[in-house]
Amino acid sequence: MAKTARGATVQLGAPGVEPEGLGRFGEFGGRFVPETLVPALIELEDAFRTAWTSDDFRAEYARLLTDYAGRPTPVTECRRLSDRLGVRVLLKREDLTHTGSHKINNVLGQALLTQRMGKHRVIAETGAGQHGVATATAAALFGLDCTVFMGAVDVERQALNVWRMRLLGAEVIPVSSGSATLKDAINDALRDWVATVEDTHYCIGSVVGPHPYPWMVRELQRVVGDEAREQSRVLLDGNDPDVVVACVGGGSNAMGTFAGFLDTKARLVGVEAAGHGLESGRHGASITRGVPGVLHGARSLYLQSEDGQILEAHSISAGLDYPGVGPEHAALAADKRAEYHSATDDEALAGFQLLAGTEGIVPALEPAHAIGWLAREAGHAVPAGSTVLVTLSGRGDKDAAQVAERLGADLG
Amino acid sequence: MKLESSLRARRDDGAKLLVPYVTGGLGADWLDVVRAVCDAGADAVEIGIPFSDPVMDGPTIQEASSRALADGATPAGIVADAAKLDVDVPLAVMTYYNPVHHAGHERFASSLADAGIDAAIVPDLPVDELDAWAAAADAVDVETVLLASPLTPDDRLAVICERSRGFVYGVSLLGVTGARTEVAAAALEMGRRLKAVTDRPALIGLGISTGEQAVEAAAVADGVIVGSALIALLLDGGGPEAAGSFVCQLREALDA
Repeated sequence: MAKTARGATVQLGAPGVEPEGLGRFGEFGGRFVPETLVPALIELEDAFRTAWTSDDFRAEYARLLTDYAGRPTPVTECRRLSDRLGVRVLLKREDLTHTGSHKINNVLGQALLTQRMGKHRVIAETGAGQHGVATATAAALFGLDCTVFMGAVDVERQALNVWRMRLLGAEVIPVSSGSATLKDAINDALRDWVATVEDTHYCIGSVVGPHPYPWMVRELQRVVGDEAREQSRVLLDGNDPDVVVACVGGGSNAMGTFAGFLDTKARLVGVEAAGHGLESGRHGASITRGVPGVLHGARSLYLQSEDGQILEAHSISAGLDYPGVGPEHAALAADKRAEYHSATDDEALAGFQLLAGTEGIVPALEPAHAIGWLAREAGHAVPAGSTVLVTLSGRGDKDAAQVAERLGADLG
Repeated sequence: MKLESSLRARRDDGAKLLVPYVTGGLGADWLDVVRAVCDAGADAVEIGIPFSDPVMDGPTIQEASSRALADGATPAGIVADAAKLDVDVPLAVMTYYNPVHHAGHERFASSLADAGIDAAIVPDLPVDELDAWAAAADAVDVETVLLASPLTPDDRLAVICERSRGFVYGVSLLGVTGARTEVAAAALEMGRRLKAVTDRPALIGLGISTGEQAVEAAAVADGVIVGSALIALLLDGGGPEAAGSFVCQLREALDA
């Protein structure tokens, strides 16, 4: 094993179960793409399957997670927040990774795979910019060309992240078609990929898209759940948490977290964006309010009009501003193995401030939804005295200016 | 009238096939546009059902879809309108899969059959995911046209040609729909590969926008599909007359 200056290298858990057939999770998943992309997806599926069971790939990936990304991340016991809420709260600290969110776990794996497939360019979509920054980071590290598609609306509200991506050598292309947000950035990334697939890998940032992405990205994020399970057992005298909570947009941090707890008795809770409220029609709650459909290559749950047009999502957090969800979440919801609830923009803002004020940790607006939901449900849906693990998927620096403005602060 | 038998008959008469694409619901007179391109010598017409997220389409057809949707176009409305067409060539709808899935396979297939539409082209439904839709379409004699790509390997190409109905849609290049300045080398190779493996009509589409390009592509296949160049005319304010005259030029070039 390669030497590391960081102490013990991350220990990867065993690979998880592959979806059935052509990427099916129950009735969800699949590979609904133009013919031009099919050969590349078959190549990617074969490459990932081989890599994910090969000792040298896993050793290299574990080394990158350790001395580049800074894993393992800690689980932090939140004493003041626990006192406040009357439940015992543990936070899985993905905010402490390099680039500041769980997205790095996925992109390091996909960049390594890109290199193995002999491709020299990666493309990515991004909403808030976290996945774009993570992809640009991995591209710089591996010497790959990188193009990031970002909705024009998001380019405007995340100017700093756009600059960071360019600093890292990536080309950032504003997408003005459709609603000019994450969904449209994925559309344009797919349009680019159809033209460039021979030398380009599409580094999808969540557990969405055609097979093998939902499976591959879950596997590359399962280190979150695998670590958290072992760490929780240390803190909870060998027990698992009663409840495991994570926010869900496309659902990669939640799926990575849940993967570590599927075979435990823990309640799994995904928190979607309720935006202005579920009744307002302006939200991103695709499990709670979506219907089965096919978009971006997968059969899953999507927000749709009466005649099957995809609707725009709304959330205060760009990362949850997506009208669909990964197919494995749709299957977990159908099987009732996981439950999905939602938190509004205002509840997320309350969670943002609560965690900052009680623990000195400023969360990204995405996991602030999970905190906000817990704050609302502690003593109700989450009985007093429960032990709760929340995945803090990213840090809030990127959102500070937006939240300050929303809360009426004068930054001068 | 069925798409494949009609195209085979025309081809066996020595004609090169011409299939224009018209976005359904683009302008109040879109049905007249379809009639005009039929009168101008189309061998079949592809009617596009506008979708919110057309990932196979370039800017021209994206714009056409957005305009049609903004004007209130719906899949059911387009199909109902198309039922009013009394043209003497076969019609196919080109639709992304979600509207089909949303309506339900059986319901969507029968709505096409009831409207006198002979075929469906569903570009994001590859042969591996085809079974459920094909069963419903076959049951009401709606033909499903499959697409083949320059990257499709030979063994897969044979399967696609076997499963396709109506014709085989040979994608001319790696990319989305839209006019190009020249015919890609891949288009010619695509035509040759299709002709080598199937007797079904083989048409080349994507990036064919002039009579000269149509002739070049049709030389190695049975004909061409022309979309974005025609739609660009309509977006620029052209109507049935402009569309008819453009298709007439293509017809004359192919017949020369």
